[in-house]
Amino acid sequence: MKHTLIILALVFVAAIPILLRAQTTKIVIEDKPRKAIAIPDFRGTGAAQQQMGVFNETLYKELSASGQLKMLPKTTFPLIVPQQPSDFRDHPAGQNVGLALKDWSGPPVNADDLAFGYAADRDNQIVLFGWLFDVTQPAVSSAQLLGKIYVGTLDAAGARKVAQEFAADILKLFGAVSLAGTKIYFVSDRTGHKEIWSMDYDGGNQAQFTHYNSITLFPALSADNSKIAFTTFSSGVPQIFLHSLATGRKLPYYNQQASVNSASDFTPDSQNLLFYSTTATPGYTQIYETDISGGHLRRISQAPRSIEVEAKANPKTGSELIFVSDRGGLPQLYRMNIDGTDVQRLTNGEGEAVNPSWSPDGQHIAFAWTRGYAPGSYNIFIMDVSSRDYIQLTSGEGRNENPNWAPDGVHIVYSSKRGRSSQIWTMRADGSDKRPLTTAGSNQNPVWSKASQ
Amino acid sequence: MSKGYHSQKTLALLLAIGLLVFATACGPKKHPGGVLPPAPTGGGSSTGGGDRPVIASFTVEPTSIEVGQSVTLRWSVSNATDVTIDQGVGAVQSQGSRQLSPRRSATYTLTANGPGGSDTRSVNVTVSNPPPPPLTGTPDSGSPTLSGAEILQRQAHDAYFDYDKNDIRSDARDALTHDADLLRQIFAQDPNFVVIIEGHCDERGSGEYNLALGDRRANAAHDFLVQLGIPAARLKTISYGKERPQCTDATEECWQKNRRAHLAAGQ
Repeated sequence: MKHTLIILALVFVAAIPILLRAQTTKIVIEDKPRKAIAIPDFRGTGAAQQQMGVFNETLYKELSASGQLKMLPKTTFPLIVPQQPSDFRDHPAGQNVGLALKDWSGPPVNADDLAFGYAADRDNQIVLFGWLFDVTQPAVSSAQLLGKIYVGTLDAAGARKVAQEFAADILKLFGAVSLAGTKIYFVSDRTGHKEIWSMDYDGGNQAQFTHYNSITLFPALSADNSKIAFTTFSSGVPQIFLHSLATGRKLPYYNQQASVNSASDFTPDSQNLLFYSTTATPGYTQIYETDISGGHLRRISQAPRSIEVEAKANPKTGSELIFVSDRGGLPQLYRMNIDGTDVQRLTNGEGEAVNPSWSPDGQHIAFAWTRGYAPGSYNIFIMDVSSRDYIQLTSGEGRNENPNWAPDGVHIVYSSKRGRSSQIWTMRADGSDKRPLTTAGSNQNPVWSKASQ
Repeated sequence: MSKGYHSQKTLALLLAIGLLVFATACGPKKHPGGVLPPAPTGGGSSTGGGDRPVIASFTVEPTSIEVGQSVTLRWSVSNATDVTIDQGVGAVQSQGSRQLSPRRSATYTLTANGPGGSDTRSVNVTVSNPPPPPLTGTPDSGSPTLSGAEILQRQAHDAYFDYDKNDIRSDARDALTHDADLLRQIFAQDPNFVVIIEGHCDERGSGEYNLALGDRRANAAHDFLVQLGIPAARLKTISYGKERPQCTDATEECWQKNRRAHLAAGQ
């Protein structure tokens, strides 16, 4: 299992569309050519046909949202669409009707790949037959990249599920991680109190998660998708609460005796919690670690006359932290080892740099920075941690902060305040394809759950 | 010099003693034993054949009270066929007593009628209101008592800070010195009073950083108050970061209002 993960990570790093050049102070983004995919509408037999609208919509959305593929317009597709591999002919009688590979690889479609298949109803279930063909191949016999059967309940939820699973398998072929089934947890004041909410990664199914009627902030998710930690004033001073994501219930966690305890991150093994606290240094928060019940307290940072907050563990190594400190004046990003040694400043001292978030590959951080702007005017940046080169992803679009990396390594969720309220947005890690996900109330502190397995 | 002074003083003393002796000798003569002469008999003022009524005594004890206390009237009459006391007391026996609780000052008149005529006598009772309880609250204002929470809410001054700073500026020094006086007054009145020092920030820093910065400001105000002699045991701190702003405009005026330490009543 571990080996598989590492191999996937290497493939993924090679495929990341953001190339960071170290020779200048700027990072140049080069888009790797994306595969052009044709996804004609799938049809169903019997009762399955009623669910194909949901299926086709979901499949398109999942593949499109990945940002990994070039989605081809259906208007150019041939009239006849193959529904199973045996429909293909190496030498079809007619011209350009859709049953030859070159009908898809040639103009006007110009596809690299074709997703096709069909659904049937069996015993009140939807059974999807899905294939992906490399249509640039000379022969049908060598074109198949994927062929698989997916089963779900015979309703909209089942159709959505099989579409998401098929999309995830397609994305995996391209070294991408599917976002299907991932959730975004965030803070919203739409009830009149700041509470934790959740939603699908595309903004659907927004639901209230906490009901503390207090001030509840700063959600953090464990890598195993089992727990959420956050900070709430519900017992007076800000304290750390842990809840189970499965049941929604509060879990026992012992808070240190302190005027401020605020959680920032779980360690990658989901066994420990990184937080900041005034427990030993009133007025000056320092970075600490406990286990997930609050035991085995360990102090990590040692700058007793500084504010230190927002420690985030490198998700690949677990041995390195990024954090925010004002030890040099205004808040800047620093790195240190998990034992507190080898502290180095990462940002150059300009402006205020806050809200660090690791990319899944542990190479980059997204963060909010006021560099070049007035205090409070944050924009989203990403930095290559080893070279410390950075690029700016937002500008001229209000106040942008709280970036958090999606598990696909390609997307970033963040909050953007354009006018009086802040809303949750997503974008690609090159700054393109910005989309708002929320409209109700004011929303902040989004965190993207890890890929569901 | 001193000799002459002494002689004058001696002379004056002798003179004074002489005057005292003279004054005693020449005082008005008193009736021996205070006994009254017998009443004249068969005097022209009598109209009937019987003896004239005689009020031997009519007294009130005590003669001055406060509202709610009582007095006792006592009387003794002879040769009377009927005896009445006014102010609602009515007909009474020729000898007796009556306890009363007058609400205001009054004159009680006893009238004794008999075959030989009538006699009256009056006594006065002074009734005063009890004093109010001692004044509380600030001695100079004389206003009704405010709770410690109300005093803080109405009179405490916020201490303001510079951006990203927790230094006590001179205006914050004045504000906290004023607040320390208020706290001493509140603690004198309520020995169990606990104060919460809230630390607040403007909206420009990050939420996470401001949670820490607000704590630093609350602690700076705490330490300053302790320096002024306020017992640390009575002070608690809480940081609200930027979560409870006074105002939400994106102006320096508004931001300054939000960069503050604020005193509130604890639990």
